[in-house]
Amino acid sequence: MNGQVGIVDRYLDLFDKNIGKIMDSSSPYINSLREPAYQTFRRMGIPDKKNENYKFADLALFFDFDYKTRLVPGKSDIEEAKNFQCGVADLETQGMILVNGYYPYADKLKQLPDGIWTGSFREASSQFGSLFEEHYGKYANTENDGLVHLNTAMATDGIFTYVPDGTVCEKPIQIVNIVQSDEDIFNQHRNLIVLGKNVQMTMIICDHTLSPRKFLTNAVTEVVVGENSIFNIIRVQNEHNYSGKITHTFINQEKNSFASSNNIILHGGLVWNNTYHYLVGEGAEAKSNGLYLIDKFQHVGNYVSIDHFVPNCTSNQLFKGVIDEMATGVFNGRIYVHPDAQKTAAFQRNNNILLTDDAKVFTKPHLEIYADDVKCSHGATVGQPDNDIMFYLRSRGIDQREAKLMLMFGFAHEVIQEIGVKALRERLDDLVMQRLRGELSRCANCVVKCY
Amino acid sequence: MILKINNLHAGIGEKTILKGINLEVRTGEVHAIMGPNGSGKSTLASVLAGRETVTVTEGEIFYNGKNLLEMSPEERSKEGLFLGFQYPIEIPGVSMVAFMKAAVNEHRKYRGLEPLSASDFLKLMREKKELVGIDSKLANRSVNEGFSGGEKKKNEIFQMAMLEPKLSILDETDSGLDIDALRIVANGVNKLKRPDSSSIVITHYQRLLDYIVPDIVHVLYDGRIVKTSGKELALELEEKGYNWIQKEVNQN
Repeated sequence: MNGQVGIVDRYLDLFDKNIGKIMDSSSPYINSLREPAYQTFRRMGIPDKKNENYKFADLALFFDFDYKTRLVPGKSDIEEAKNFQCGVADLETQGMILVNGYYPYADKLKQLPDGIWTGSFREASSQFGSLFEEHYGKYANTENDGLVHLNTAMATDGIFTYVPDGTVCEKPIQIVNIVQSDEDIFNQHRNLIVLGKNVQMTMIICDHTLSPRKFLTNAVTEVVVGENSIFNIIRVQNEHNYSGKITHTFINQEKNSFASSNNIILHGGLVWNNTYHYLVGEGAEAKSNGLYLIDKFQHVGNYVSIDHFVPNCTSNQLFKGVIDEMATGVFNGRIYVHPDAQKTAAFQRNNNILLTDDAKVFTKPHLEIYADDVKCSHGATVGQPDNDIMFYLRSRGIDQREAKLMLMFGFAHEVIQEIGVKALRERLDDLVMQRLRGELSRCANCVVKCY
Repeated sequence: MILKINNLHAGIGEKTILKGINLEVRTGEVHAIMGPNGSGKSTLASVLAGRETVTVTEGEIFYNGKNLLEMSPEERSKEGLFLGFQYPIEIPGVSMVAFMKAAVNEHRKYRGLEPLSASDFLKLMREKKELVGIDSKLANRSVNEGFSGGEKKKNEIFQMAMLEPKLSILDETDSGLDIDALRIVANGVNKLKRPDSSSIVITHYQRLLDYIVPDIVHVLYDGRIVKTSGKELALELEEKGYNWIQKEVNQN
């Protein structure tokens, strides 16, 4: 057995204890994948530092702990969650709230006026049987991450979205993930998003925790972006610092599609995002961007993998971090150019500002190129706030503290400005400024003081 | 007397660059400081603005009667001192509007005034842009990012217009400018001149002084002011170069 021996037993136990209830809630096809996924997880275990993807991660901090599970949240938890106002909630979006990974509404799956189907994953797995079987588990099938398989073994609910050919979604779809419980719980989220041809859609995912317990969430999102379609996913992570969150996002891109993945990390004790773009159709373009503004003991990482399988595709990665106090930030970016993928253009950049002597960053941008006619570059920087900029700002009367804030805001803005929705960009700029000023840790409804 | 420098010694690291500067600037005067490369002109500007990389080892500076060397860069700015940078800094992601709004409101707060409303602020921006003659689009971009050399210098003058300093120090504002840009910059400076404001214009060449007429011209050489005279000195320098000054200094 690989991985973190001992810890893995806790999760095998959770599976064994709950498998009856888990099976009762899902369609036969999803259930048919559980046992093989369980065996794979058993074999692979929980990733440790020997796993290249998790080389700089310290997962034991959150995984070596006895959690309970809540397959269906309690009534009071759902009421709490519905009262929650997210920082970006005043946007014009089609919003959905998930409580501990569960979709609690009576109207489980519905068709919106513009023709999109969206709602409970659990419900959709029966109603959209053949579409499910075509895509479910096809992309989230990595050979080196046991946690993805643990999710396939245990997940019961999440969001399903299907956008039929030719649909332009005017409003972004917003998923608000609330974790709320009076016990320490381990959650699974599972989302499946299927975009047909010539579709445009933006999805915003906001992650929050409401109660001061220790939480761990393992989320898998599979996305299929059809020919000529445009898709943006923006994840805003603002869970409290007793909370751990591992996300795995798999984006399969067909011919001439564009997809951007954006991870904005504000709070959260452990946040680890694994993002995969599979460029399988010629002319596809991928952008993967991330921003992490972290302090205290936060431990935060982004693993990004972009596979160029076919010729004439483009990819760009831009990740920036401001790391304060004792926090640790990680960037691990990979570009893989397969032998057929001639005329690939792939770029990667990671910039970090360290604000204290104790703040740490690990950065590993890397390229694997097996085609000979390609244009690729990668680079990383780690530094302190730029003295020339500081002096310039101060020489205009702006005091040291404010000058530093402006400098960091400008640094972060480069990532925010990549986001295609103007209203969201402005809200995110606000959130970033609040975060940098230290005013965001007491979110309106948050009872947790994020120490 | 707005500025009085007594026996100023300063350097960077182990290297002494300024070796005993004495200078007095009265309210309303325009001084030009000229000198060959490496004579210490920009170091002097840095000391006046409070750049921390330059260490003052001896001497004192009084600004409006206050000890300038005890003041932080931001305090100096709020007290009305302005440095036009030789190499203006690019600040990606920070818009000119956000930058100037922060600066103007810090100045207002210092004077006990309320912050400007958004509309009043934009009105002020518009007025000053017209006064200085800079492209309106520049104000919507990030500070100096992707600006040409000339645009950056004009942007310095624009900032000066926004902050209405009592003492402005223009550090080689003319370097890298074509003749049109030079004229715009010089016109800006002339229009901003008030009876209660003073300027120090630092330049290597005389040509800026065709447009900004100084009351007094100083020659800085090897960290000291070696010659002080009226504006005719600039013309003499243009004609003869700096060699005769060097010879004169070496003879004494």
